[in-house]
Amino acid sequence: MPRAVEVRGLVKEYGALRAVNGIDFDVEAGSVFAFLGPNGAGKTTTVEVLEGLRRATAGSVSVLGLDPWSQGSELHRRIGVIPQEFRFFEKITPGEAVAYYAALFDRPTLVDAVLERVVLLDKKNDRFENLSGGQKQKLGLALALVSEPELLFLDEPTTGLDPHARRSIWEVIRALRREGRTIFLTTHYLEEAQLLADRVAIIDHGRILTSGTADSIIAEFGRPDRLRLDGPPELAEALRRTTGRPVRYDRGRVEVEVGGREEFVRLLSAAEASGLPWSNVTTVRDSLEDVFVRLVGSMDEGEVRAAALPSGAGGGR
Amino acid sequence: MNPRRIAADFGVFARGYVRNRVGLFFALAFPVIIILLFGAIYTTAGSSTAPVVVQDLDPGGASSQQFLAILNASHDLSLSFVNASVGNLSSYLTSRGLTAGLVIPANFSARIAANQSAGVVVYTDPGQASVAGTVQGVVSASLVELNLERTHTPSLAYPIARNVGSPIFTDIDYLVPGLIGFTILTSPMFAMVELTATYRKEKLFRQLSLTPLTRGEWLSSKILWYVVLTLISAALMVSVGDLLFSAHARLSWGMLPFLVLGTFLFVSLGMLSGSVTRTPETAAVVGNAITFPMMFLSGTFFPVQEFSPALQAVAKVLPLYYVIDGLNSVMLFNDPTRALTDALVVLGISLVFFLAALRAFRWRDE
Repeated sequence: MPRAVEVRGLVKEYGALRAVNGIDFDVEAGSVFAFLGPNGAGKTTTVEVLEGLRRATAGSVSVLGLDPWSQGSELHRRIGVIPQEFRFFEKITPGEAVAYYAALFDRPTLVDAVLERVVLLDKKNDRFENLSGGQKQKLGLALALVSEPELLFLDEPTTGLDPHARRSIWEVIRALRREGRTIFLTTHYLEEAQLLADRVAIIDHGRILTSGTADSIIAEFGRPDRLRLDGPPELAEALRRTTGRPVRYDRGRVEVEVGGREEFVRLLSAAEASGLPWSNVTTVRDSLEDVFVRLVGSMDEGEVRAAALPSGAGGGR
Repeated sequence: MNPRRIAADFGVFARGYVRNRVGLFFALAFPVIIILLFGAIYTTAGSSTAPVVVQDLDPGGASSQQFLAILNASHDLSLSFVNASVGNLSSYLTSRGLTAGLVIPANFSARIAANQSAGVVVYTDPGQASVAGTVQGVVSASLVELNLERTHTPSLAYPIARNVGSPIFTDIDYLVPGLIGFTILTSPMFAMVELTATYRKEKLFRQLSLTPLTRGEWLSSKILWYVVLTLISAALMVSVGDLLFSAHARLSWGMLPFLVLGTFLFVSLGMLSGSVTRTPETAAVVGNAITFPMMFLSGTFFPVQEFSPALQAVAKVLPLYYVIDGLNSVMLFNDPTRALTDALVVLGISLVFFLAALRAFRWRDE
C-alpha cells in the first residue's frame, strides 16, 4: 500500500529541550492512523512538523511525497487540518465560512454539499458564535474538506463534546475513510482510537513506545484475560488456593487471571466445588486505554489497579 | 498577491466588522459625536448676518457717519467697532479668527467734502467666498449710495479690497482634519492590536496559514477595509462639520494619500504591537500606551501651533502629526508642497513599520 506519511529519525528541539527524539513511523494511504500520547509527549510537535508549521531539527519527513516545510504551500492544498477546539470568526456563518475557504482554495463553491456532508446544513446561516461545540468542530471538518484533501489531520476532534456529538463526528470520520482519504488522528480518548483507527502509535517523552493495530498492541502489552465473578471474600481465597493464580477481591467482586479456555472451565468448576455462592460471570480484557496507561507509566501500578477495580485494591481477603 | 483571495478575505472581514456594532460605532459614529460635542463647545451663538469689524479713523466725520448709517440700514452686515488703539486691523482680525473688516481712513470726510477721492479698505477672507462676496457687495453699494447722496460723483469714495493677513481658521476648522486623523489612528490601531493578539492566541493565524492565503494578502485586505472605513468616516465628518458648524475643511483628492498611507501606517503599527506582545491583554496596554499620547499631541483636538515649543517638538516625532498636518495642508491651507512633504514622511514611516510588522508577524514557527 502506498504511504501517505513517512517519518524517519525525526528530531525536534526547542533550545535545550528535545521534544521529539528520533522517531520513525509510516501511515498507509487510505487508513486511519491514531497518534496517542500524554500531554507533553511530543505529539503536537510531531503533527505540526507533518503539517509544515514547524521545521524539523533533524531527520526526514515526507507527507504525500512532499517535504512539509519547504513545500508547505503545495502540501496545504492537499491536506486538511482540524485543530483542537476549532475557532473561527465569531460573526461569520458556516455558509459564509465555506464560501470563503472555497475562494481561498479557488474551488467551486458547493456550500450546501459541503455542509450536508458534515451534517451542518441546518446551521448554514447561524453565526459561529451561536454554534455548539460539536457544531463548531463540524464546521472545522467542513472547512478542511473544501479543498478535497487526500490527508486529514484531526487534532483531538471530539474533546469536550457530548457523547452524541462525538458519535456524530465519528460517523463523518468513518465516511471519510470510506472515501479513501487518509486520516491522521490525535486523541485523548483511547476508546475513540480503538474504534476508528487501523493503526496506532503511542509516543511518550519524544519516543515512539509502540505501534501497530490496537489488537496487536493489546496482545503484546496487555495483561492476561481475567474471569470476573461476584461472590464472598472466601471465594477469592478458595480460588487462589485451588488455582495458584493471582486473585483480586474488591467489594464483592472476585477477579482471577486466566491463560486460556480450559482455565476458564477449571475456574468455574473450582468455584462450584467451593460450595460458596457466586454469580454474574464475565471475562475482562485490557483495553487500549489500559495498555496506554501502563506503557506511558503516568499512573503507578496501584492506581491502575484502582482504576480496574474501584477502591480497596488488593488480592485476597 | 492574488486579488481573488484578497477580495475573499476582505469580504469575510468586512461582514464580521459590520456585524460587530461596537466596532462600527467607534469607527463611524464616535468621531461624528466628538465633532458635535466640540463643535458645540467651539461655536458661540451664530448670526445670519455677516460680522464685520469697523475701524473708524474718522470718528464723527459727516461722510463716515453717513456711510455707517447706510451700511447699518442694509441689515446684511453685523457691525462691531474698534478704535485706532488696536493698530493694524488685518492683524487684529487674524488674531481673533474674524473674517471681515473695514477701515475708514482718518481724512475720509474731509476728502469727500473737498471732492477728493477716498478709499475704504475692505478686508475679507477668500476662504469664505460667500461672506467675502456679501461684505464686498454691501460695502461697494453703500459707497455708491454715499457718493450719489453727497457728491453726485459715483466713484469719489471707493472700496480697496484686501485679503485678511492670512487665512483665518477657527478650532472647528482644525478639528475636522484632526478627527479624520484620529479615525485613521484609532480604528486600525486598536483593531489590529487586538486582532493580531487574539488571532494568535486562538490559533486563527495557524489555521489561515494552512490555506493558500499569504500574510501579505491578509494584511492587504485589512488595509483595504480600513481605507474604505476611513473614507466613509472622513466624508461623514466633513459633511457634519460643514453642515452644522460651517467648517472650512473640504473633501479633496489630496486627502487620498493620507487616508491610504495613514491607514497603511497604523494597520502596520497595530500589527507590530500585537505581534510583539504575548497576550491580548498586554497588547491592549501597549496599544493604548502608543495611541493615547499620539492622539493628544499630534493636533487631533487642538492645532499644534497652539502648543508650547517643547510640545511642538514632541509632536513632530509622532507619525500622526504628519498625517494631520498633511490633511490640514490639503483641506485647509491648499499647500500641496507641504502636503507632499508630509505624505513622503508618512510613506517612509509606514514602510518601516510595515517591514517590521512583517518580520515580527509569522504564520508559522521555526
